[in-house]
Amino acid sequence: MSNPIFNLAVLLPLLPFLAFVLILLWTGRNKRLSAGLAVGSIGLSWILGWAIAIAAFRVEGFGANPFLAFRNWLPTGPTWQAFGIVIDPLTAVMLIMVPFVCFLIFVYSVGYMGIGKPEGQHDVRGWPAEPGHVDPLVSRFFAYVALFATGMLGLILADNLILLFIFWEIMGLCSYLLIGFWFARKYPDPKQITPKEAGLKAFMTTRIGDTIMLAGILLLWIQTNSLSFSEIFKPQTLASLATTTANLPILGPTPWATLIAILIFWGAIGKSAQFPLHVWLPDAMEGPTPVSALIHAATMVSAGVYLIIRTYPLMQAVPHGPALQFISFIGAFTALFAATIAFTQNDIKKVLAYSTISQLGYMFAALGIGAYIAATLHLLTHAFFKALLFLGSGSVIHGMEHGHHAVGHSAHGDTEAAGHDEVSVSPARFDPQDMRNMGGLFKRMPRTAWTFIIGGLALSGFPIVTAGFWSKDEILADAFVNGHTLVFVTLAVAALLTAFYTARQIVMTFFGRPRTEAAEHASERDSIFAWMTIPLMVLGVFAVVAGWVAIPEDFPILGALSSNPFHHFIGGLAEALEIEANPLPFRLSPLVVSLIVALGGLLLGWLVYRGYAGKGAPAEGSPLEIPDPMARPLGRAYTVLQRKYYFDELYHAVFVKGALRLSNWLFRVDDLWVIDPIVDGVGRLGRWFSEISRRFDTAIVDGAVNGIAAITNWMGGIVRGIQTGRVQNYLLVGLVTVSVLLGAFLLLPK
Amino acid sequence: MVPLTWYLFLAAALFCIGVFGALSRRNAIAVLMGIELMLNAVNINLVAFWRYTDLGQMTGQLFAVFVITVAAAEACVGLALIITIYRQRHTVNVEELDTMKG
Repeated sequence: MSNPIFNLAVLLPLLPFLAFVLILLWTGRNKRLSAGLAVGSIGLSWILGWAIAIAAFRVEGFGANPFLAFRNWLPTGPTWQAFGIVIDPLTAVMLIMVPFVCFLIFVYSVGYMGIGKPEGQHDVRGWPAEPGHVDPLVSRFFAYVALFATGMLGLILADNLILLFIFWEIMGLCSYLLIGFWFARKYPDPKQITPKEAGLKAFMTTRIGDTIMLAGILLLWIQTNSLSFSEIFKPQTLASLATTTANLPILGPTPWATLIAILIFWGAIGKSAQFPLHVWLPDAMEGPTPVSALIHAATMVSAGVYLIIRTYPLMQAVPHGPALQFISFIGAFTALFAATIAFTQNDIKKVLAYSTISQLGYMFAALGIGAYIAATLHLLTHAFFKALLFLGSGSVIHGMEHGHHAVGHSAHGDTEAAGHDEVSVSPARFDPQDMRNMGGLFKRMPRTAWTFIIGGLALSGFPIVTAGFWSKDEILADAFVNGHTLVFVTLAVAALLTAFYTARQIVMTFFGRPRTEAAEHASERDSIFAWMTIPLMVLGVFAVVAGWVAIPEDFPILGALSSNPFHHFIGGLAEALEIEANPLPFRLSPLVVSLIVALGGLLLGWLVYRGYAGKGAPAEGSPLEIPDPMARPLGRAYTVLQRKYYFDELYHAVFVKGALRLSNWLFRVDDLWVIDPIVDGVGRLGRWFSEISRRFDTAIVDGAVNGIAAITNWMGGIVRGIQTGRVQNYLLVGLVTVSVLLGAFLLLPK
Repeated sequence: MVPLTWYLFLAAALFCIGVFGALSRRNAIAVLMGIELMLNAVNINLVAFWRYTDLGQMTGQLFAVFVITVAAAEACVGLALIITIYRQRHTVNVEELDTMKG
């Protein structure tokens, strides 16, 4: 029954961890070896992960009989916290995606970070290297990403919530470290967020969600005395959680299940950057692009979705309860909200960041309405095509930097190699990430362009071929069939916007004519692009075929070709956990809507931005001054969208400033009324005690010592009189004494 | 024959003179002479008791001879001390020799 290879699953997170330790402790100086260790370890994890997953696919009825292995770890009162792994269909499909995407991104990083290139003379630690040079801290980079892979692989294998939470926090730490990887980088515009600040922002924001989630986990433990999934998801446990209630201050009696589910969902809100904790993810793009692809698109942010999928029995313990409604509301709202921001952004990575937020919202909305399998599928397909898009954008950015570098060298000498300190950065620094500076890259970077377009089509749900279509269509169909009209409409509009901004991004980046010299000279001929474009092509293939495993059986024509293995595999798990996941009956209207929004959005985007892209560089002035075609029709709303609904400003004013004021006030209160008086009081008390002690010392202790000496002296004075030094005196004393004794002897009666 | 008591009185008188001399004289040599007197008083007692009680044995005489020997040694040491003191302090007045005063 149980394949022995499952016992090796524990190696999956351990291998990258070993690489992390080795790089950190020993091989840090050797950049090539460090990169090789990281890539090699994750490569082994990938092979092992796929072997395990394939073994799992072969087991009949695997959902009902997952593989479990655990050891007791922490004694907690009468019970034990176990330290164990679980392999069930959900873990198996995640094992297909996670180590593979990690491996591809690690390979890509080898090129992106310039392994094999010479060390730059002027490169500063904690600052991106000049094009054609290796990053000075590249070993550290690979150590961090290896640790991250440990966290993600551990998370999907964890069989209990506390272990999951530990890996969850390891990922949070790595996210912080990697966002701030270029920690020394500063911008001429003081308002532009630096990588250091962005890392801090991400860490603090996700911390809010994590704290609430920890509260949920603790409540769950108090209620059920266990955190192991297999224990919690027993029907009687869930039933008792759903029926017993907690008395909340305002909401009144609430089932424990609902309360705990919502608290745990807050962890997912933070990690997956859902409204209202979405603000950190766009700024997390300050990290190196492979990090954005790995952590902030494919794996870590989708860990929030994974968490909800994993704890889904708990989420739906109260059927159609407020927990699920809350999840679907947040998800659908975020999907639309982020999509509206995405189509006004000009930074190529920011667009993708908002797109990620929006797509994660999609998954949550799907989970909220009960589309368990569709959400899982979208999690997988999204990981492939969003990783592809991010890696493609990284390739574009490198291409632009190479172009800019080439221009800089030929036209006005080496301006930027003068050093990276704050002063030398000119105010009008060229931004290789700004899409307004691009255009016409298709001819110059064909491999990147083709794969990026494939990813973009998958993201917008281009019908039939791409993976995104199958997963997105299934979510829409589920919302439609189960009568969640509001969610359906919201998601459809979001899908339209998604297609629109994807078309905008592709057109602005790759088509038309170059708007700057850098774009004119951009190329992907450098040797590093070999490392970078191969993962792009592999991911491009997966962005297409990953959806084919989940073609619904009653889909016209194509349904007959496939038996929808994905649905059966995950469905087995759903059945075992008593999650309702029947195959949907085929309906034409959601399919039509899905086709219309995908194709219509792409077409609309192409029509609107065709003219913009075709113009090329302006005769004079910067391409940044060309107005966006959408700016005029939307008017002021465009500004609001471009400023992201002013959420950063709002949070800054309310929370950051508020926290600063509060701490300032508390500091004063503390200082004036609490700490100072206490410290002073302690000081006074101490002085008072020492004064008493001093008196005691002088009077009693000193007195006793001196007194003894004085008495001895006095008695010695008396006795010394006897000691005259005259022999005759002594003789006299002797005589008298003998006489007295003799007299006494003679006279006293016998 | 003269009774024993007389001898004893003589010896006691001689001893008292010796004690008085040893205690009251200031000259160290006179003190030494007082001590000699006391020793000789004892000698008289020893010889007298031998003569009147224990003729068969030589104990009394023997003791007297021992005492005379010891007295000679004592006088010898004492005089040597006094000479040394005199050399050091230019006096033999025992009242002044009180360096052992406490």
